[in-house]
Amino acid sequence: MPLRTPLYDQHVQQGGRMVEFAGWEMPVQYAGILAEHEAVRARVGLFDVSHMGEVVFRGPGALAALQRLFTNDLSRIADGQAQYGCLCRESGGIVDDVVVYRRSAVDLLVCVNAGNRQKDFEWLRDHAGEGAAVENESDAWAQLALQGPKAAEVLQPLTGARLSAIGTFRFADAEVAGVPCTVARTGYTGEDGFELFCRPDQAPRLWEALLQAGTPAGIAPCGLGARDSLRLEMAYRLYGSDMDDETTPLEAGLAWVVKLDKGEFIGRDALRRQKEQGLSRKLVGFVLTDAGIARHGYPVLQDGRPVGTVTSGTRSPSLGTSIGLAYVPPALAAEGSSFAVEIRGRPAAAKVVKTPFYERSKP
Amino acid sequence: MTLPDDLKYTKEHEWCRVKGNRAIIGITDHAQSSLGDIVYVELPDVGDAVKKGESFGVVESTKAVSELFAPVSGKVVEVNDPLADAPETINEDPYEEGWMIQVEISDEKELAELLDAASYGKFVEEEQA
Repeated sequence: MPLRTPLYDQHVQQGGRMVEFAGWEMPVQYAGILAEHEAVRARVGLFDVSHMGEVVFRGPGALAALQRLFTNDLSRIADGQAQYGCLCRESGGIVDDVVVYRRSAVDLLVCVNAGNRQKDFEWLRDHAGEGAAVENESDAWAQLALQGPKAAEVLQPLTGARLSAIGTFRFADAEVAGVPCTVARTGYTGEDGFELFCRPDQAPRLWEALLQAGTPAGIAPCGLGARDSLRLEMAYRLYGSDMDDETTPLEAGLAWVVKLDKGEFIGRDALRRQKEQGLSRKLVGFVLTDAGIARHGYPVLQDGRPVGTVTSGTRSPSLGTSIGLAYVPPALAAEGSSFAVEIRGRPAAAKVVKTPFYERSKP
Repeated sequence: MTLPDDLKYTKEHEWCRVKGNRAIIGITDHAQSSLGDIVYVELPDVGDAVKKGESFGVVESTKAVSELFAPVSGKVVEVNDPLADAPETINEDPYEEGWMIQVEISDEKELAELLDAASYGKFVEEEQA
């Protein structure tokens, strides 16, 4: 029996087409993936991301404990800021990619991928050591994502918090439509927007209030389909598709969240070795120059021989071209390199391009 | 779900409009709705042979790839080329502008094996239950 978020009834009532995803029954779309994608790029969309998990570190050793489990450097951010990074195994393989919200040095929240809730919690708990209490609070939080250029315009009338004071990757506690929330200027669509953490029983009220407030701005409830096409246009990696326990952040192109000089953390030695020895494969963004759509698992060919694999691919709704991410040998990873993707037995020409595929227009 | 009475249907969700010895072929309203936004279509060329029950192309939505199965055997005599640039036509008008190929039927007996609108409608209901 798949799990349901506190917003299940809203999804069904509002015409969401429900599918199973990572053990959850979630809406893949309402009106249509393309319309929802466009709403987020041009106006604003609302997502239920309550299936994501929350693991909390508390206690005098909380910051130090999480630093030893996280590839990025939490000492570089202040209280009230969030940071993206990876949890790694000793081998350097990625346990998960997560966002850490630093309330204080003694209170940090780790937002983890839905499919990894239990795995991450056990990993964090078993490796946190003394000095930090690690709790799986996933069931205590619902999470809504309001994303798009009009997100602040929609949200501001519902809250007393001054949203202009909450910068990118910052957060604050505030009531939204009378619901106590943590309001974070984070998201995974490439647009301005907010992620709102609240108590599960309050989530339906918050959802309805946001949809109502967003009606004049042309808000759309959005499903997992648009979430996937939006994140891929930004070349944001998806755990389970673009990376997993067998890939490292360096291979996945996430070197910018690996701070080898910050001090000891699990996976550091392996990542340092890998960096010194050089990578055997790299994740790159590509566009198909031939017709077709590259999909997860399709082989990458060079001179007719398989040399890599597509990990994500779709037709970009914003660009109208076929885009994707693939692991390829370093020799093929430079911008402008060309290779082929095998689509149903036939090679389709592809070219490595700079990512993100989509550039947000500056206001 | 729209189900015109004058068409024949398959359990793989294609429809077939028979005109003389020709079959005009597409996918059903139910199929396009289940797939969601169609963003790519791959069809055979004029002159290609298709065989009943075998794949003659694919449609792709934002999320998935679906094969197209021929309702009857025959030779492709016309292809709806504008679909290449406007695959969304299949979502908008699956039974008219969204047709895919026209086939010169090689074995009329195969037509008897196709479903009528009522049987197809019942099949879809059962499949969804």
